[in-house]
Amino acid sequence: MPELQNLTLNFGPQHPAAHGVLRLILEMDGEVILRADPHVGLLHRATEKLAESKPYNQSIGYMDRLDYVSMMCNEHGYVLAIEKLLGVKVPERAQYIRVMFDEITRILNHLLWIGAHGLDVGAMTVFLYAFREREDLMDVYEAVSGARLHATYYRPGGVYRDLPDVMPQFLAGKFRSEKDAGRLNENRQGSLLDFLEDFTNRFPGYVDEYETLLTDNRIWKQRLVDIAVVSPEQALQLGFTGPMLRGSGVEWDLRKKQPYEVYDRMDFDIPVGTNGDCYDRYLVRMEEMRQSNRIIRQCVGWLRVNPGPVMIDNHKFTPPSRTEMKGDMESLIHHFKLFTEGYCLPEGEVYSAIEHPKGEFGVYLVSDGANKPYRLKIRAPGFAHISAMDDLVRGHMLSDVVTVIGTQDIVFGEIDR
Amino acid sequence: MTKPEQLIDQLRTRFADDLTSSEVTPTAEITIETTVEKMSAVFLALRDDEQFQFDTMIDICGVDYLAFGVAEWQTEEPENTGFSRGVDSIADVADDLVAQPGRRFASVYHLLSTALNHRLRVRVYAPENDFPAVNSVTGIWRGANWFERESFDLFGIVYEGHPDLRRLLTDYGFIGHPFRKDFPLSGHVEMRYDEEQKRVIYQPVSIKPRVLVPRVIRDDSRYVDGNNPQEASSDA
Repeated sequence: MPELQNLTLNFGPQHPAAHGVLRLILEMDGEVILRADPHVGLLHRATEKLAESKPYNQSIGYMDRLDYVSMMCNEHGYVLAIEKLLGVKVPERAQYIRVMFDEITRILNHLLWIGAHGLDVGAMTVFLYAFREREDLMDVYEAVSGARLHATYYRPGGVYRDLPDVMPQFLAGKFRSEKDAGRLNENRQGSLLDFLEDFTNRFPGYVDEYETLLTDNRIWKQRLVDIAVVSPEQALQLGFTGPMLRGSGVEWDLRKKQPYEVYDRMDFDIPVGTNGDCYDRYLVRMEEMRQSNRIIRQCVGWLRVNPGPVMIDNHKFTPPSRTEMKGDMESLIHHFKLFTEGYCLPEGEVYSAIEHPKGEFGVYLVSDGANKPYRLKIRAPGFAHISAMDDLVRGHMLSDVVTVIGTQDIVFGEIDR
Repeated sequence: MTKPEQLIDQLRTRFADDLTSSEVTPTAEITIETTVEKMSAVFLALRDDEQFQFDTMIDICGVDYLAFGVAEWQTEEPENTGFSRGVDSIADVADDLVAQPGRRFASVYHLLSTALNHRLRVRVYAPENDFPAVNSVTGIWRGANWFERESFDLFGIVYEGHPDLRRLLTDYGFIGHPFRKDFPLSGHVEMRYDEEQKRVIYQPVSIKPRVLVPRVIRDDSRYVDGNNPQEASSDA
């Protein structure tokens, strides 16, 4: 009988379950994985280096493109770092808007995750369901910023502009009949907040739908239960944050433990897992969607009754309004200086972290007093998670690799940066 | 949550001579600096001491201090000539810059204690500028592995004792360390498909990066104390 040898298998970078451009070198003994060596960097764009060559405000758009399924949360981490170093305090209304959009983003992220994770493991239908709801939320993105994905909505000092009073509606035309447009516009008759409130009323029902498809599904459980079990100690050692850490039973959420903006006024719970396997992490994320929904409701309620500014009016850092600019010399100068040169940050360094849908998203900013960052380091949660790939898949079967990639909620925009 | 003042006192008492610097920043964060010789002991104590319990290595980040405080354009008085795009970028003039010995490269660590809910930043300067090297902390926090590989890849900082110090983010066969201040934004080589050789080839870059907005360091009336943003925003 010939001697059996280990097989080296190349997985990706062009593989539908690789969630982008992951290349995995797998050392296999039959179908069992002995060693996994992820090769990343195929999407490396040197965002941090690019940011060093641009005034602060021009890099906000790059942040959207890091983790391109939770755009506004990335922006949040970045503008928070600038605000911390500048020492500015954002108007209350802007803080509520930010919290609301952070949670919208969290739902957007988790919806894509559940869709892709389901698809990887073989549950096709969830993907279609999840994208139905993503559509509504991306319309909300579009209504406030004009872009469905890369919003550039958060600015140092607040948010770009206040919430619109009318929700954009569908038009009837060649491809959409009068009747269809009317049906789609039913809940778009009022303001953006009305639309969101309607969404939060519907959403728990949708989550129930996903759960009926998956939670007790025999195949789903066979693929997820007891796969990639991570103990709490191991999770901390590996630098896990977010749902990956909470799935292992560590109750750690920056929104509760080190609250930023107005999270300390929000009423919500942190779900934690018990076994630390893929199934627990699935349950944690499902519950997080429900909790995000609760937070959005609270924000909508507050924003309805509390009008106010959404941007500080210190025009050394924020642009003056167009009308002011046309008539007032000083505003014109401010505008000109802000858009040609930007503003300088005091010399120093700052680290700001937010609870991103995937974990702790941190921005470490070193300033030497110039109008551009001296060094910008982005701490992406997914980076720590994928670095633990070898620990998670060792001893599992080849098909479990796909489950692990799904449970880690990998997005290469943030890992490669 | 431990108060920064309290934590820094604990740190100063515990490590006394091991720290070369320790401060609480205006943003209420703690930065301590230690040396390569002492770092392994300090990090181990930070993880294991009852009063610190830094159980998570959040981030490791290389920093190149070569061009710290260097502006691309300086004006004090009004003048006739404005900024033109012909200005040299930092990378163009980096050869003339000289960092102080042992102060060019630093490895910056961000630690988090989920048990006691506090954070800490530790900076370790690499003692040599030409061959920067610090000790690896992968033995203390497993999660440090890739962060050190990234810093090695981008800055060329060697982490001694790292089990598998390979490049991580850059291309296979990449030459140089792209995040150093003397590395141009456009890189040195570009890649294209060559019709004659029927393969992808590398060639020297054909573009020259332009400075669109110069790096300036201002200390004019906008940034003097009487007009600092903190006060300006509180009365807004």
